Amino acid sequence: MNKRIYYVLGTISLMFLIPLSVKSQDAFKGSEVHGSMQADAAYYLTDTKMGISDSTLAGNLIRMNAFTEVNYSLGNFTAGMRFEAYLPPLTGYDAQYNGVGVPYWYANYKNDFIDITAGNFYEQFGNGMILRTYQEWTLGYDNSLRGLRVKVMPYKGITIKGVYGVQRYYWEPYKDYNRGIVKGIDGDFNLNDIFSSLADAKVKLSLGGSFVSDFQQGKTKNILYDGQMLALTLPENVANYGGRFNLNIGGFNWLTEYAHKINDPSARNNYIYKNGDGLFTNLSWSKKGLGISLMSKWIDNMSYKSDRSVVNNMVDINYLPSITKEHTYALASMYPYATQPDGEVGISGTVTLHFPKNSTLGGKTGLSIAANFSQVNGIKQTALNDTTFIGQTGTLGYNSTFYGIGSQLYYQDANVEVTKKFGKKWKGIFTYLYQSYNKDVVEGHVNQYGIVYSQIGIVDLAWSITKKHNLRWELQGLWTKQDKGNWVAGLVEFTISPAWFFSVLDQYNFGNSDPAQRLNYYLVSAGYTNHTSRIALSWGKQREGIICVGGVCRYVPATNGVTLTVTSSF
Amino acid sequence: MNKFRLILLLILVSSMAFGQESVFKYKKLPSVKLKTVKGLPFTSDSITNNGKPIIISFWATWCKPCVRELTTIADVYDEWVKETGVKLYAVSVDDSRSMTLVAPMVNGKGWEYTVLLDPNSDFKRAMSVGLIPHTFLLNGKGEVVWQHTSFAEGDELNLIEMVRKLNKGEEVK
Repeated sequence: MNKRIYYVLGTISLMFLIPLSVKSQDAFKGSEVHGSMQADAAYYLTDTKMGISDSTLAGNLIRMNAFTEVNYSLGNFTAGMRFEAYLPPLTGYDAQYNGVGVPYWYANYKNDFIDITAGNFYEQFGNGMILRTYQEWTLGYDNSLRGLRVKVMPYKGITIKGVYGVQRYYWEPYKDYNRGIVKGIDGDFNLNDIFSSLADAKVKLSLGGSFVSDFQQGKTKNILYDGQMLALTLPENVANYGGRFNLNIGGFNWLTEYAHKINDPSARNNYIYKNGDGLFTNLSWSKKGLGISLMSKWIDNMSYKSDRSVVNNMVDINYLPSITKEHTYALASMYPYATQPDGEVGISGTVTLHFPKNSTLGGKTGLSIAANFSQVNGIKQTALNDTTFIGQTGTLGYNSTFYGIGSQLYYQDANVEVTKKFGKKWKGIFTYLYQSYNKDVVEGHVNQYGIVYSQIGIVDLAWSITKKHNLRWELQGLWTKQDKGNWVAGLVEFTISPAWFFSVLDQYNFGNSDPAQRLNYYLVSAGYTNHTSRIALSWGKQREGIICVGGVCRYVPATNGVTLTVTSSF
Repeated sequence: MNKFRLILLLILVSSMAFGQESVFKYKKLPSVKLKTVKGLPFTSDSITNNGKPIIISFWATWCKPCVRELTTIADVYDEWVKETGVKLYAVSVDDSRSMTLVAPMVNGKGWEYTVLLDPNSDFKRAMSVGLIPHTFLLNGKGEVVWQHTSFAEGDELNLIEMVRKLNKGEEVK
């Protein structure tokens, strides 16, 4: 006990002494310290109708996820760290996060020629189809690499990057090859910068190429298959490589990336030896008042992880985003699509139109329309021969041809959104969506639910009562004959600029075929913002669902209780 | 041992923090590689505006309040520029899923901002931005004088009021 007091006193006195010494010298002049923090704490209540009991909560009614990140910089030097605590993790986050620690720390030095990072880093090669490490706090997603990264800018318009490290897996430290070692190199070439004669050319072109290799120890592995042990010979090094370009001419832009992965038998692909392929291409054209974007994606056996036995979202080396539109309204995001890395082919198109104020269609206040369509199917697979079925463990898996479209629909979404101002005080956003969602494929069930067809209508109205006081209503309806049937949702939100917000949301599953499940999910929230600090408190029920950010989704179980969120940055 | 190292680091960081009052102020922007919507390289420290105030707004195409903020400002942006010379940089943190939708959306909506792409959130991380929308206000010297997270209608009036103050040489809190 005494020892602890000395410890604390010593620490406090040091905190006051060091600043004095720092102040007296100017060695640290120009230092900057910045950072951010967030704490999400919940007190859960049980609810028998929602299926939440003491045992589903594992007896932990009070839970918290929190982090604090601090970065220090002085001239060309930066260092930082992030402390995380999951005590225990909120429901819906993997229980393996339970714990506290510093999973992220780094030191970086950079100038115009070189940029060196030791420790953890987030990196993306091209569009990420070959390598991307990133963090998404709300999803509990972090696949950062820990090791060394060097970027070199030898000539204007040229960037060469090299990475070498191991990925984060919850709190488990890397040792004795317990997961793969990732090595990668990437080159990015901007021709308009390299050749000074092209500096002012209307045509802008950049090219890039990447090569990544993952080394995972273990030349053989025994897999239980069809009642027998199969002894598989595994490739210890798995390479993934490809190229990309971006061509821009005025308002026209064409971006394409192609990746090829060598055979990589894994738990995710059922241990097949097929090579993987991926192509992403996007064409867009826009001018003031009109924007058009068309994209397409082909994915065949492209899951790429630094541990072949992992099937969840951890240790992804590459990033395979969905090309479908990301929706944020409560009912529009009831059935969100997530990329199927084993194989999918899709297209997506978006048109954005704006009629300015004082035009025929725009009227006095202007009018915006955005329409989007996307469809994703499985890829066409054929059996290797008469005795091997598609995807059979220990074989080449199946035959596929490039861009061969399978007959199975995974997802389709057609939606239109109209934004209109009415006078100076009123603004409305009107949305209609028609979605087809293959619940079996996206959520990993086997012939259980089939496709859910839903129509969704949303009216979002905002009223400026005064310059600082605003009211907003949302009325949403979702109609479907499948899954849980029809829903209706209502929201009222009141904001006082710049500090306060209050909202009440209710989602009512009135069309559930089981009358006992026709539940109301109401949520009352309030929040206060002061500059970059925000405190929000909410009370009520949240339905089960899937939240997605970028290409990654997380299942969220139904909850009932009180949630407190505190965020701040400096 | 680990605990000891952590405490040492905390002492170091806090001593830097309390030793000099202004360590929490961005005296200049961190230098991070971004892209323009034409796919050209752009470095964050070249965010400038000839000695006039600058607004940096972190946003994404899928973030409703962000789009609401930029739509609200778009209606009055012409007048703001004419009156105060302010310039708004809209930094999109859309990743490769929706990055290619940024230019069609910005043009489609007729926004006049300078739009930059930060597809792996490098600049967002360097500026310690957690939630979006997150707005920074910089004075003519390029120092961050004010920042704010979230958006409610009416916030834009406060923002332009501060820009006017900066132009008059008054202090902004």
